[in-house]
Amino acid sequence: MFHKEKSIQIKNSASALYNNLSVLRIAPRRLTYFTVVHANVVNMVSASWDGLNYSHRQLQSKEPNVATSTSLIMQAAFCVLPSRELLVVTSQKGIQMYESDGSIMVYWHALDTPETPTAQAVFARGIAAVSENYVCVGVSSGAILVFDVPSKGSNITLSEVLEEHKESITDIAAECSGSQVLLAVANLVTVDDGGSLCVWKSGEEFQLLNKIAGLDISCSSVKLWKGTVVAGYGSGQIRIYEAVTGILQSEINAHARWIYSLDIAPFSGLLLSAAEDSFVRVWHLSVTPETNSVEVAHLHNECVTDTQICGAKFCDGDGYAFAVTGYDLSEIIRYTQT
Amino acid sequence: MSTRTLPLVFINLGGEMLYILDQRLQAQNTSVDNTEKGVWSEKDRKRVMNDIIGTMFSKAFMDELLKPQQLYSHRTMKTVLTRLAHTSIMRLNPASMEKLYELMVMAFKYQVYLCPRPKDLLLITYNHMDAIREFVRDTPAVANQVDETHRKLIEVYAPLSEGEFQLLRQTLLIFFQDMHVRVSLFLKNQIQNPNGRFSLTTSGPVPHGGEVPGLIRLFSVKGREVSRCEFPSGGSYSSAVREGSFDLHGDRVLRLGVNMYTMNHPEETHTSRDTCAQPDDVPNLLAKEELNLLAGIMGSMKTVPVHSTEGSFRLNLFASDREEEEAGTSGGAQDFDVINIQAMQDEQASAELARIAAQFAEEELKQEDQGSSKGDELLAMMDDL
Repeated sequence: MFHKEKSIQIKNSASALYNNLSVLRIAPRRLTYFTVVHANVVNMVSASWDGLNYSHRQLQSKEPNVATSTSLIMQAAFCVLPSRELLVVTSQKGIQMYESDGSIMVYWHALDTPETPTAQAVFARGIAAVSENYVCVGVSSGAILVFDVPSKGSNITLSEVLEEHKESITDIAAECSGSQVLLAVANLVTVDDGGSLCVWKSGEEFQLLNKIAGLDISCSSVKLWKGTVVAGYGSGQIRIYEAVTGILQSEINAHARWIYSLDIAPFSGLLLSAAEDSFVRVWHLSVTPETNSVEVAHLHNECVTDTQICGAKFCDGDGYAFAVTGYDLSEIIRYTQT
Repeated sequence: MSTRTLPLVFINLGGEMLYILDQRLQAQNTSVDNTEKGVWSEKDRKRVMNDIIGTMFSKAFMDELLKPQQLYSHRTMKTVLTRLAHTSIMRLNPASMEKLYELMVMAFKYQVYLCPRPKDLLLITYNHMDAIREFVRDTPAVANQVDETHRKLIEVYAPLSEGEFQLLRQTLLIFFQDMHVRVSLFLKNQIQNPNGRFSLTTSGPVPHGGEVPGLIRLFSVKGREVSRCEFPSGGSYSSAVREGSFDLHGDRVLRLGVNMYTMNHPEETHTSRDTCAQPDDVPNLLAKEELNLLAGIMGSMKTVPVHSTEGSFRLNLFASDREEEEAGTSGGAQDFDVINIQAMQDEQASAELARIAAQFAEEELKQEDQGSSKGDELLAMMDDL
């Protein structure tokens, strides 16, 4: 169903972090950007669609005005808003927002880091763009920071802090089906280290629509599509819930080890799951919101030999191609449909 | 990231170091007493193990490690482990320590990488501690220290969630990133490939609490299962085995962390580096803070005075001097570096250590515009140790 393409070499190897790959397709320029985190550096590659041109850039995690400090980066992700695209980078020290090509940093938000280290680690993790103008970022305390992003410029402000989770945030996802009907209901899901899921509706004040208690199994990756939450867990299982009601619709014993990344191709309903067990799996999800029914079919497996996978993303909305990163690997492996 | 990595790192790395030293010390021609110069007796061997373990598990050292803090750099870790080894009558030259360190780190990297569940990091640590307890079973005072530390670890790590353990593991994996030193024993046992990467099997039992992949279940609105369907997982997995014990004593079940080295195979500890692949040698910009931490840790370690009558002890990794000569001159594609643990006169050793520490301090002093007083104080303190 899929075959391996030529890999893209990156300057450093990928670190073992959840959701460690972000992809941005720039159709007008026939380019795709990829970002992979290595310790305190974000490796960015811009690949032309004809496969002939690759350009690299590295972003360091550094607060402005403090020359000697470095900190470990937890995640880098592209945020696509109607008016602009940003690259958001979260670390132990705070949150940086860049223009999508990584050329200029437009915003910096510092986390409250204590003078002497505490038993509970401090960091930001979990990034998603939601609705017209919001970017949400999770924090190790369980808080979700909501940033209001203007259509251009650097006048980004912290609009709200959502305090519902009690454990460190692991991932955040916005409704990606594009359906205006669904976006009017629930358009954001946030998950944490204890496996708790919160479903929200964005606005000047975000509204909590539902909270699904965790079973003490960390949820490392989550997606929201057609009103359905798809969540990947440390147990290697994938669970599918109806967002608004919290009803469990499906449980898949998908992987033998911790799941590190999930992705959905919104136009086709293809689902991608990747784990430390070295497998990437492709599934087909179909959702009929009217009848609250869900169907899941397994389509394809790829085994990336001897590699604990840490990032897997579709490169386009149909799921025609996907890319994969693994711990200690200095390449982005690509697959396309045959 | 995680502020709780240090105690586990030191116990596991220290444990690996002791496994290697134990193998080398035992494999020498031993004499009944230590009258023969240059030969390790049973008494000497036990003394080395007791001295190192006694320091590693001393209350002062452990308390320092248990404070929440970021993980040290490789350079700092190496310096502290060298100091630890030097609390015994044995001496290691910098080149040997370098190779020994690579071996220790690759062993621990393998254990962390293959750890089935993040929480099993504790079982790996407890496997090391069980073996360490065996090394000092004839010295109740030190054995008690090991038990005391074990109790403290249980207390500190028991409340951590699986997610927090995974963060700890991810922090360790960043520390080990890009190290692909090939170890003879690992290659022989096929746990490492010729390119230096560890093999990941797609068969065997799933971790405790996990499910064998291959099943899709659908549920009704009321929560009843309405259909189930299987899919090919691409591997051959079996159900989880029983869980190991997290208590002071007990069957750990997991084999990661037990002594891999055997008595009569010195070639097991041969390592080989890929000349083009070097781990990140980014200058450590937090070194100033680390120097302070280092001073704190070193301050808690006591020295063992080496009497001049005891002379020097040379430890070979090869069976005979001839082989060692050959290895020194051999070329070819697979150049295996030897870990040559040599005993040196104490004076030379302190000078070496002071030189390492000075190198370390010097580079960072260049980055600071402040006066050199801080670095000088520290060096003076280290020279006094």
